[in-house]
Amino acid sequence: MTNLLLLLVVLLTALALVLVAWGLGVWLAPRSYNPLKEEAYECGVPTRGKSWMQFKVGYYLFAILFLMFDVEAVFLFPWAVVVQDLGVYGLTSVLFFLIVLILGLAYAWKKGALTWK
Amino acid sequence: MFDFSVVTSWIDQGLRSVMSPAAAITVECVLIGIVLLALYAIMALILILAERKVCAAFQCRLGPNRVGPWGCIQVVADMIKMLTKEIITIKHTDKFLYNLAPFIVIIASLLAFACIPWGNGLQALDFNVGIFFMIAASSMGIVGILLAGWSSNNKFSLIGAMRSGAQMISYELSIGLSLLTMVVLSGTMQISEIVEGQNELWFIFKGHIPALIAFVIYLIAGTAETNRGPFDLPEAESELTAGYHTEYSGMHFGFYYVAEFVNMFIVASIATTVFLGGWMPLHIPGLDGFNRIMDYIPSVIWFFGKSALMVFVIMWFKWTFPRLRIDQLLNLEWKYLLPLNLLNLLVMVAIVVLGWHF
Repeated sequence: MTNLLLLLVVLLTALALVLVAWGLGVWLAPRSYNPLKEEAYECGVPTRGKSWMQFKVGYYLFAILFLMFDVEAVFLFPWAVVVQDLGVYGLTSVLFFLIVLILGLAYAWKKGALTWK
Repeated sequence: MFDFSVVTSWIDQGLRSVMSPAAAITVECVLIGIVLLALYAIMALILILAERKVCAAFQCRLGPNRVGPWGCIQVVADMIKMLTKEIITIKHTDKFLYNLAPFIVIIASLLAFACIPWGNGLQALDFNVGIFFMIAASSMGIVGILLAGWSSNNKFSLIGAMRSGAQMISYELSIGLSLLTMVVLSGTMQISEIVEGQNELWFIFKGHIPALIAFVIYLIAGTAETNRGPFDLPEAESELTAGYHTEYSGMHFGFYYVAEFVNMFIVASIATTVFLGGWMPLHIPGLDGFNRIMDYIPSVIWFFGKSALMVFVIMWFKWTFPRLRIDQLLNLEWKYLLPLNLLNLLVMVAIVVLGWHF
């Protein structure tokens, strides 16, 4: 049996799990209507303003930094598998790649992007 | 050491002898699905009970002890209660995304769950990029959490989801890089081969200091990745009510609850597989008699024993450390763990290339 078929089976299993559990919940649970039930929870007082608003930019900075390093990790995985065969040549060639990335981290650090404000 | 592939191939041949190959494959697929579902549900039940019992023990309480002997069917009662609670959708939510978000969380955790090597020859999904697939699948849960916070139309949910997103993507890096360090040592990403490679010696001993550092980093990052322990500020009760799942009720909330506990087990089992030898018994090179005695213990017991130990350590974190602030949390990742991890990777490569490992 191929792995892709199994992956499909697992995906279908997951789908079946959520649909059955959700269906059971909808089927078994009581339902009653009350206008107050539809309010967003804000400790009891009526909500003020919209919740879909502009948000702190600090999170966005970390997301960008994450992209940089995550793509790096994706590039490094295939190299990591064969580095034992590549030997010293593999070590030195990836060293330059890593140094450029560490310089990037150092730049972000120096600019204060890593400090939560 | 008993090989479970004997059992699976026996079932395969038995099915093929009574029906056509296509029908046999269909039946096998259904069997795999049922076994996975049962395992997933049972793991969730056991873990929730274990968490409550361990928590009680840390706080000098008894924990659940009324429903069933030692409270062992308390969680089943909780699940039935959760099923019979109304699923409320508040107004002005993004209905489609609001309903989709818990599904994504569960599907992501089940995909990663299917890759776990339970014992010798007991593994549902075994890709040649296994570890990579596992990281990718488990990090899909972030999407579900962000969607939940955004679509709920609630300020608590939004703040919780943003914190959770920042935390999970940051610690994702540490998980990736510490596992990368171990891939360098093992030379393969296939989970079954990683376990086979630890026949002589577990990787945590084989790669001495870099492997130990990677193990500690992985445990810290894994705890943060599951939004648990000292890193549970996305759902800090005192500030954010319940974080990203404030507006979810009934079974919708149950999905998040179950996924959180199963994710903890997935983190523990990856730690077991990559660092502590998976289902491989403790072997010490040179001590043949000792190794042969260890081989008598079945592989499934080794795997569950080691994962239970890791799960206990993760629970221990939760009940002993105070919660971090978000700036401390991001500092810890970006200013300490990430540079240390990059350095550790280079040291590990040098050790592997120069052949200094055991």
